[in-house]
Amino acid sequence: QVQLVVPIAVVFSPGSVPADLPRPLPFRDTQEMEITVNLRTSVTSRYEMVFRGTTAEEEAALAAATAREADAALWPLQDTSVGSLAMYVVPETSSLVPQGIAVYVGKHRSALVRAGGGLAALHARLRQVTQLMSFTATSVAAALSDRVPDGRLGPDTRRSLKSSLGYEITFSLLNPDPKSHSVDWDIEGAVNCYVKPVLDKLSLVANFSVDSQILYYAVLGVTPRYDKESSSFLLSTHSLPHVINPVEARLGSSAASLYPVLNFLLYVPERSHSPLYIQDKDGAPVSTNAFHSPRWGGIMVYNVEAPASPQASLPLHVDVDMARVMEVFLAQLRLLFGLSREELPAEFLLESPGNEGLADWELDHLLWAHTVENIATVSTTLTSLAQLLDKIGNIVIKDDVASEVYQAVASVQSAVAKLGMGHLHSAFQASKEAVTSSERAFFDPSLLHLLYFPDDQKFAIYIPLFLPMAVPILLSLAKIVRETRQRKKEPTKMD
Amino acid sequence: AALPGVSRASVATAVLLLSCCGAALAGGVQDQAEQFFRSGHTNNWAVLVCTSRFWFNYRHVANTLSVYRSVKRLGIPDSHIVLMLADDMACNPRNPKPATVFSHKNMELNVYGDDVEVDYRSYEVTVENFLRVLTGRIPPSTPRSKRLLSDDRSNILIYMTGHGGNGFLKFQDSEEITNVELADAFEQMWQKRRYNELLFIIDTCQGASMYERFYSPNIMALASSQVGEDSLSHQPDLGIGVHLMDRYTFYVLEFLEEIHPASQTNMNDLFQVCPKSLCVSTPGHRTDLFQRDPQNVLITDFFGSVRKVEITTETISLDRDLAAFESKFPEDELATEPLKYAEQLPVAQIIHQKPKQKDWHPPGGFILGLWALIIMVFFKTYGIKHMKHVF
Repeated sequence: QVQLVVPIAVVFSPGSVPADLPRPLPFRDTQEMEITVNLRTSVTSRYEMVFRGTTAEEEAALAAATAREADAALWPLQDTSVGSLAMYVVPETSSLVPQGIAVYVGKHRSALVRAGGGLAALHARLRQVTQLMSFTATSVAAALSDRVPDGRLGPDTRRSLKSSLGYEITFSLLNPDPKSHSVDWDIEGAVNCYVKPVLDKLSLVANFSVDSQILYYAVLGVTPRYDKESSSFLLSTHSLPHVINPVEARLGSSAASLYPVLNFLLYVPERSHSPLYIQDKDGAPVSTNAFHSPRWGGIMVYNVEAPASPQASLPLHVDVDMARVMEVFLAQLRLLFGLSREELPAEFLLESPGNEGLADWELDHLLWAHTVENIATVSTTLTSLAQLLDKIGNIVIKDDVASEVYQAVASVQSAVAKLGMGHLHSAFQASKEAVTSSERAFFDPSLLHLLYFPDDQKFAIYIPLFLPMAVPILLSLAKIVRETRQRKKEPTKMD
Repeated sequence: AALPGVSRASVATAVLLLSCCGAALAGGVQDQAEQFFRSGHTNNWAVLVCTSRFWFNYRHVANTLSVYRSVKRLGIPDSHIVLMLADDMACNPRNPKPATVFSHKNMELNVYGDDVEVDYRSYEVTVENFLRVLTGRIPPSTPRSKRLLSDDRSNILIYMTGHGGNGFLKFQDSEEITNVELADAFEQMWQKRRYNELLFIIDTCQGASMYERFYSPNIMALASSQVGEDSLSHQPDLGIGVHLMDRYTFYVLEFLEEIHPASQTNMNDLFQVCPKSLCVSTPGHRTDLFQRDPQNVLITDFFGSVRKVEITTETISLDRDLAAFESKFPEDELATEPLKYAEQLPVAQIIHQKPKQKDWHPPGGFILGLWALIIMVFFKTYGIKHMKHVF
């Protein structure tokens, strides 16, 4: 039984304490909820809440002018362990949180909640915020997606990448028309400036390796349509799925690593097909001019402005604006990992994480999902390994396979225990070790069992060997039996 | 009064009808979008196996290469195809047209082409390697191109051809794979969720026996002949001197040539390919383990690689003026020592090899018992006095 424990601190600033509190501050409360995935699997979530009043430093921090400053000032005062949350309740009339907004979620692990409406409304709002910042029933069900009966999950749950020990990210520049465009992109600088901060933040989740390449004369598989009104070329939504395949064959991947690959392609259209825009379902051009494919990567079309004079010498030199490109690619990276900010209730305001790419609580979101997924994977792997050994009796288990299995079991038990105590970081590390050990044990090359002898084949092999040899033996045995019986009768005959 | 009641009822029905129409329209558009996700897979893999060697089995290599060609044409890249050919026909010394493998007589279609990537060739095509590819129990030194790196959202096409019998398929004229082993391998794949849906096509004699024992979910199987029937080859080419293709695969190839990546043809049409009049054998199929209706399964779900795409509507905002980033985990420049070759062969061990001490085991119970029985019977029958003649 897996219990997900979230330690939450609910801090009431002066003037925001609701009148109908059950006990005087400070006090503790726990709320449990069961998430049923299928008939046999369920996950319990427990919110361990500590209700207290503000300290002097926190009051000083909350006296800041804007919510962002308050968030930055509150951060050093919090318990910032991975997986925990802090919620500060501000008075209903406070101007810290903008007008019309009830909840402000910061970059780290804290949120500012506007009081009002009594205790029940506060509890409901707190639960909403907690679920947003840690995990929801759907995100847990999505992590355990292979146990959910088909059809119950929406299409969103199939989009995000599976938990893996590492990912390979490849940035490719596609230039189909080098005669007209000589494209320069400072990918190293862009990776150091914009991509590395995000990957550093995500390094808690997995190892990342980044490559880049430039491909010439790589065309999209689809011919775009010319649109007279906007005098541009358009790619419609239903032709997008066929764009990727002809390019994919040329992309290549590192031969040494077995990690999933995320491809981000930047396509500079040919001069004869410029400018090229992607149309969405309603026919309007997409503002980002980019699209992505779940578990694969994303493609962005980068239009080059036509030269001022038609007699400009070819090839035109193009310097790619890497910041704009990276904004789209990093947004696609977030979406591929399942971090979307689309479906939010109206009164919520989320702070933008800036160059770090994702907020701390979004990282927690990933860690909760991946930990649950890892634990489920380990238990499925070990169970099926045990079933395999039951079925095929004469597989030999080597010592190192056995030690990997023991280690996997110990690690997964430790992960479940740590989840029950609320230590998300160590639980995630333990679950990663468990997955590594169990995969190593399950996929050990020595476990291949080849010799299957059906019963009729066994008869067919052994009978021609033993039947001719057995005939004289059986006849002799019959003769012995007859003689013994005769000898027993004889004494009565002889005198 | 009666009048307001009637008008209210009629207004209510009018509203209901309108809302139904609206819902149907919205549902129609929604259906189109949902269709992209109906199959639930995000990538496609293909494992194409030819199991026969020798020149007169040219047609099996041509079968596999024509499926390879169709699958590549419809979009699956080489990195997602594991091609296993047991013999080299294109460069076989008996091939009068080197570097070609034809599938039509009069040499119309060269399926060898110029960008074939064979992953397992010649003697590497064994039952063990095939099962290792399927189950993933591969030695760590195997390169990426020889692995089946599928996940729980992969649709896999497995095509096998060669000589087969009732319940087995012959590999390289020296070993066999049985239908039970194949079913167990698929079960191992299912346990580890190495596939979302699997399409298994086999073109051998008595091919239907190979899919009789499957018990894992989400598998659809097609075979070229039923148990007790032989699959026949299509046509010989007098210039090359061998039969070029098998009938079933020939008509499947003709069918696939008309499929393009955007086509909506479904599996029921594939089941109709090659009726008994053309194929002489009766092709069979098995769909009871498959969850979706074959009517809704597109050919391109398995043979092509149509990606699900979404428009990117979100962006993040980056601050362009930040100074260069100091990574929390600086990569240390390791002092590299000069590189040298690792020990390729254990030369010292080979030269000074001593004979291995084999542990002596006493003879096992069965053999002992058998010999004891034979000796006892012999002496009982012929009398103990003969022992002195023995010693």
